[in-house]
Formats: sequence, C-alpha cells, structure tokens
Amino acid sequence: MTDMPDTTLTSDPSHDAPGDHGDDAAGYYTPGEPIADTKAPGGPIEERWQTRKFEARLVNPSNRRKLSVIIVGTGLAGGSAAATLGEAGYNVKSFCYQDSPRRAHSIAAQGGINAAKNYKEDGDSVHRLFYDTVKGGDYRSRESNVYRLAEVSTNIIDQCVAQGVPFAREYGGLLDNRSFGGVQVSRTFYARGQTGQQLLIGAYQALERQVAAGTVTTYTRHEMLEVILVDGKARGIIARDMVTGEIETHLADVVVLASGGYGNVFYLSTNAMGCNVTATWRAHRKGAYMANPCYTQIHPTCIPVSGAHQSKLTLMSESLRNDGRIWVPKKKADCEKDPRDIPEEDRDYYLERIYPSFGNLVPRDIASRAAKNVCDEGRGVGPAVEGVRRGVYLDFSAAIERLGKDGIEEKYDNLFDMYARITGENPYETPMRIYPAVHYVMGGLWVDYDLMSSIPGLFVTGEANFSDHGANRLGASALMQGLADGYFVLPHTIRDYLADGPFEPVPADHPAVVEAEQSVRSRIDHFLNTKGTRSVDSYHRELGNIMWEYCGMERSEDGLKKAIDLIRTLKDDFWRNVKVLGTAEGLNQSLEKAGRVADFFELGELMCIDALNRRESCGGHFRAESQTEDGEALRHDETFAYVAAWEFAGDGEPPVLHKEDLVYTAIEMKQRSYK
Amino acid sequence: MKVTLKIWRQPDAASQGAMHTYELDEVSEDMSFLEMLDVLNENLNAAGEEPVAFDSDCREGICGMCGLMINGEAHGPEVTTTCQLHMRSFKDGDEIVIEPWRADAFPVVKDLVVDRGAFDRIIQAGGFISVNTGSAPEAHSVPVPREDALRAFNVATCIGCGACVAACPNGSASLFMGAKITHLGELPQGQPERDERVVSMVAQHDHEGFGGCTNIGECTAACPKEIPLDVISRLNWDLHQAMRHGH
Repeated sequence: MTDMPDTTLTSDPSHDAPGDHGDDAAGYYTPGEPIADTKAPGGPIEERWQTRKFEARLVNPSNRRKLSVIIVGTGLAGGSAAATLGEAGYNVKSFCYQDSPRRAHSIAAQGGINAAKNYKEDGDSVHRLFYDTVKGGDYRSRESNVYRLAEVSTNIIDQCVAQGVPFAREYGGLLDNRSFGGVQVSRTFYARGQTGQQLLIGAYQALERQVAAGTVTTYTRHEMLEVILVDGKARGIIARDMVTGEIETHLADVVVLASGGYGNVFYLSTNAMGCNVTATWRAHRKGAYMANPCYTQIHPTCIPVSGAHQSKLTLMSESLRNDGRIWVPKKKADCEKDPRDIPEEDRDYYLERIYPSFGNLVPRDIASRAAKNVCDEGRGVGPAVEGVRRGVYLDFSAAIERLGKDGIEEKYDNLFDMYARITGENPYETPMRIYPAVHYVMGGLWVDYDLMSSIPGLFVTGEANFSDHGANRLGASALMQGLADGYFVLPHTIRDYLADGPFEPVPADHPAVVEAEQSVRSRIDHFLNTKGTRSVDSYHRELGNIMWEYCGMERSEDGLKKAIDLIRTLKDDFWRNVKVLGTAEGLNQSLEKAGRVADFFELGELMCIDALNRRESCGGHFRAESQTEDGEALRHDETFAYVAAWEFAGDGEPPVLHKEDLVYTAIEMKQRSYK
Repeated sequence: MKVTLKIWRQPDAASQGAMHTYELDEVSEDMSFLEMLDVLNENLNAAGEEPVAFDSDCREGICGMCGLMINGEAHGPEVTTTCQLHMRSFKDGDEIVIEPWRADAFPVVKDLVVDRGAFDRIIQAGGFISVNTGSAPEAHSVPVPREDALRAFNVATCIGCGACVAACPNGSASLFMGAKITHLGELPQGQPERDERVVSMVAQHDHEGFGGCTNIGECTAACPKEIPLDVISRLNWDLHQAMRHGH
C-alpha cells in the first residue's frame, strides 16, 4: 500500500543460477514455438501508440455501417467499446447474461480509477504511471501495452466528466484525487466508494444512447456458448437466449470478448455469482491462447466465510488497513475467547512484527499470505469452517482512542455498516474479522498490441485479456484498463482489421455454423440427460476448495500435481453424475451453471499446469520452492521473464506452451523488498 | 432456525402461477436471505423438484439484479437490497411469503424473476448526455461546485433494481426516473438536453405502462439506496419548465 524501496537485482546469493529451476510441469505440457507481439511499432516507447494509430488503416464512414461487430460483455470494457463503435457508425450487437447491461460486475469496484493527470502537481506523469504499473506487476507485463494504458488514462477522465460521472470534487469545483494502492502520488479519481458503479452507469448510458440511435442492438439475458470460426477467422457466436432457451446464431465481421475474469473458478470470490470463463474458454478451445492463467489477485481484507452455506465473499476497502491493526492471539487456546479479554501481551501483531517498516500496510499478496500462515498454524479466529478458523482481527480500538469514534465514523462509516450488516457484529466495539479472498485475475486470453487474440478477428478487452497487469494489478487500475481498452484503444486497432472488409457473408448453413450449434446443443442435452445424483453447485464448491487449497495463496510442486489429479477425477465424475433438472426450453439456472462449471474444470487444470511450470514467485503467484531465506517471494528473471501462452491441443491432450519473451527497454527490472 | 416459505412459482410468462409452501430447517442467522434460498434449492434439486428461479448477481447490494417482495415489502424488512438482507432479521418459526416484483410493466419471466427491460428503454429515451468518445473537453475546463456534484452523486447511486415500482400502489417508476433527471440536471454538462430529456423519458415511462405518481412515498421508503422523494418534485419541475419552453 505504500511505495516499496527497490533493490536492483544483481548478485543476490540466494538466487539459483539460470536453469536450476527444473521443469516441474514436464509431462503435463508440450513445448511449442515462441510467440511475439508483431503489432507494436518499434522506436521510443513514448511514440509507439501515436505511430500505431497513424499506421492502422482507416475505414470510410460510409463503409462502417456495412461492417458488423459482436461484443460479448457490457462491463467497462465491453460497454464502452459498444458505445464508441456505435458512435463511429459500425453495426454493433452487444451481449450480456444479466437482465440489463448496467449490471456487469465492474459496478462493484469501490476505490477509484487512476489517471496521470498530475492535477496535484506531485510529480506524477505518464511515465510514472507506466513505471508504477510495470513494477506493481512484478515485471511480467508487456511494456508497450502498459505505456499506452498510462498514456490514454487522462482521456478517460475527460470523457467520464463530460458524460456526467459525479466524481468527488474540491470546494473550488475541481476534481479531487487521492493516493491509492501503493503509490506515492495522488492520481486516483473517485466517487465515494462507488467509483465502478458511476463509471459503468456512464458507459451504460452512452451505450443506451446508441441503442436509441439504432447503431447498437442489445441482447440481454443471452449467454455466449461458442465462437464461430470460418477460414480461421472469428465470424460470430452461438448464444443461448436464457429466457426462451433458444439457441441463436449471430454472425458478424469481428468478435470482441469483454467477458471479464474467471475468479469464480475458486467458487468463493468477490466476483458476481454469474461471472464465468465460458466465453473466453470456448474461444481458447478454438485456438485462442490463454496467457498466464495462474496469475490471481487475492485481496487481504474480505469478510471471512461464515459457514458451509457461503455463496460469495465481500470485499472491504483496503483503506481500512490505514487505521486498523491486524493481529491474532499468540496462544491457540485464546482463539475462542472474546478478543477484548485477550491482554495486549498475548496478542501477535504479526505484520508489524515481521515487517516493521511497512507493518499493516504491506502489499496485498504479502498481507494475504501472512494471514493464511497464522491460520494454518491454528491461530485463526472466528467460526471454524470445516475444522479450521480462517480469520484474523482488524482492530480499530487504538484508532478510536486516537481519533475518537467520530473520527473513525467519518472515514469508514459505510464500511463499518456493511460489516455489521453481514456479520451481525459491531466493529466499533469488537475487532473486525477479515480473511483474504480471490478478487481479480491478471491472466486471460493472449492478445497482441492491437488487443487481437491468436484467432484473427477475435479481440479481447478488459479483465478477459492478460495484457496490462503482469503478475499483479495495482489498486484503481482495473477500471482504468477496462475503459482505456473500450473507449480509446480497441476503436483504433479494430479498424485496421475491418479495413480489409467488406467480408464475404457467412451463410447460416455454413458447416462451421452447423458444427458450433450442434456442439452447443449436444452439451446441453448431455447435462439434462445425465440424471445423476449431485448438484452443479456441489461440484463447483468442491472444485473451488481444490483450487483454493493448492492453487491459491501459496502453490507448491506437490500440491499442484495433487490438484491436477483431483480435478481430473472430479471432472470425470461431474460429466457422469451431475443432476440438472428442468428443460432446455426456457429459463433454467441450473443448466446455465452446469455449462460454466464444466469450463471451470478445464480452466482449473490449466491454471495448475501454468503454476507448476512457473517455478518462481512473482506478484500474486507464490511458489513455496521459490522464496528467500526470510520467506519472501523470489523471482527468477533469467528463466521466467516470459508470458506463458497456452494453446489448447484437444481433450485429454497436454496443452502446448508458447513463450513470449518480455523485453524491457524503458525500465530496469528490480526485485522488491518490504522489510 | 426453522422457517416456512410460501413462494410464488410460475413456469413461464404465459402460465398461471401459484404459491407453494416449503419447510426449511437448519437455517443459520448468518446466512443471507439468498443463501437461505440457495439451501432450499439444493434440497429441492436433491428431491427432484426444479429449483426456484430468482435473480441475483453481485450479492453486494450494488448491481441491482436481485429483488423480491418479502412479506409484502420490497427487499424485505430492512432498508437494503435482498442480497444484503440476512436471516438474523427473522426468527425461528417465521412464515416468510416471497413473491416477484408486482407491476404490470415488469412481467414475470419465471418464478421470482421479472423483466425490467422497461428501465433500459426509459434510459434510451434520454437518460444520458450526448458526448461521443474523444470529443470531451479537458475535465477541469468546467468546474462543478462541490455541493452540486455531491447532490448529483447522491441520486446517481440508484441501482435500477425496481423496488420503487414494486412498492408503489400505482406501479409508478417516477423515483427511478426522477433520480436520473436530477443526477444529470444537477451538472452543467446535463443542461443542454435538460428539457428534451424529461419530456422523452416521461413519455417512454407512460408508454411502458408504469402508473402515475400520487405522492404516496412508498418508493422512497423501499429504496435500498434511500433516493429521496424530492427527485420527483424535480422531475415535475423540469417537465413543467420544458412545457413552458414549448416542448
């Protein structure tokens, strides 16, 4: 949460020599040819985006209405792209599984959106935002993409203000900024704790304006179940109308996936209930590479699980760590006691003890792992779920003494209310309990500088792609990336592809269409006809437990191999024994979930293989085998400075690994330290 | 605790619906209301009866997807969304009646799921500021007084759940519409289209079959985001002004 000093990576004796890391995933994958982004122009990093925008071919306005675009997802990345491409005059079809585009999960983002406006004159700049983002991503992102993100960030704020997004303002009427997520400059724009909501409503209104103008058609309660490839190019999707059950074919000249992240592979996460991997996974199975799937962000300050009935987890803003002190009892015997009865000398303020200079403000991954460790030791607090207490105290009593109850109320009242509503406990009187939860995935479909996947004509934006956050994402940068991609990047890069049009129309009875439709129907038939004994949710929960245990905050060779076996066994059982009632005609929520969980199984296995391959610790990925003597994360840049782009090789076949080397010309790689 | 649930079941929009009674045991007070329904659904699935369809997504009270009439109250007894309601608001032995939103403009899709597409169409009619991507001026070129920005924000928090409509004896969406008209009308950027916005949105509202407002105030009492009733006064004022301007 605060900026970290750097130590240049040179002669750390604890580093293994290059090549010493073995290949833990040998046998689980097939090595493939290296890949590289071919779209980013060379030259100074500051000029690349301008060059690309100039070189990307234009489409004559009168030709645009003859070109059609499918966009799956209506969050910040998809909604903004649909609005912008509609304004430009293309024919846009926009799909979402919710009943309205306004409900996409971008809406739940609390903290804010970064932009290099330097309104505070505190030394911020495009270059500094670029630097912070690459460093925050632990040097595992592609520098050209990140620089562009920082560059267009300022346009986003202008656009949103013009749309009527009510950002927080100062008394003089100018926009307010705060410091957020581990940086020393104040570059975060916010609308109380509901920034995501306000930005999404802005994009949604722009989208609905285009619906009224006739350029965009929305398909709500529609779920994409397959991508259609004709001559190797993405030319449409198969979607299910979730109300009528009808299987529909939608054809277009280009397909954009803005379908969000796959954190729900863990069953419990801060994602919305419906968030899923199906759109991107179906594309992956058709040839789109999946990049760095194991990079998961786990947020340290969530409300702990209260019982086996838990359906999702709720994030509490990490700003709470500014004033709260995190502790657990020193003695296991005290874990059941009322925390107020535990004397000061029997409390272990473990973050302050282990990290004296950063204390409770260590970065997200470190705070998360430390909480796991103390709970694994048996010193967790709160209700035991499946035999283990998974919670640590976040104590405001010292802050209340210092600032008064009023002072704390003013800063955190809405968070305290939310906590009280969910837990039934009053955090002004008794310490909060928190525990880490899956929050965001940095991995996603591989894209080039144009945001095009390895399938021509298939573009991927927002959380669904892998491109900007490396191995870890900074706070307030997800909103920035979603809107950057949708408003300012994709509309420029997609035109270069569309300039090849007009494209030959695809007949509705084209073999590729028929094949895609049949595969969707046969999956649905299978789920309904299996008539097994176990519910979809029970499988999903068990898969989530496996992922959380072995591919969560800490991963090891043995654990990951075990997880892969467990997932394969459970997947086989799922296909033989799942119980889905009802019919394919009409709304059937169990059927919807069955398809999503089926894809989560395959994704989960790939995440474990990816984590197994990467025998280093970087960002949100911590490998037990790769740590310093003090137990800190240890990167191995000589061996692992690459993007792992996985190609689907067929059911039951090991996936193919293509490596994209990460080359930094504008920034020096450094190892972080928090002591 | 043990509760008795009386739930509206309706196979699809065309079919007749009816109340069904289910007994549910081992409900913990830490469960959210929707988690209680998840447990019911697992039990139904095991017993071979199709689970109850209901909408939810974020389960954090912000997406607006969930919404049930619980014992006759939109979102139930607390001022919050259905997903943020917890079973500690009920007690052992309670009978809980669960229905979908009741309004002509929100037809039932299945069981507790309704179609709120009318809200999207009201926004399409004018709930936006016309500014194409890339054409925006520098954000600081138009200062907005802090108080105005705050007032705009306070009503922009509407989540579009439809509780206001479900609670209103007239089935009016005036609170929803008033919130948007006030949000955009408080800001300098919203002024150029202010007259046209209110006229178009009101026309669409009436076209969708929502009822008129008779200042009963059930809407604001049910609103999980506590949108104040005076946004409807603002709506009426703007409509009056627009008509004076010749719309």
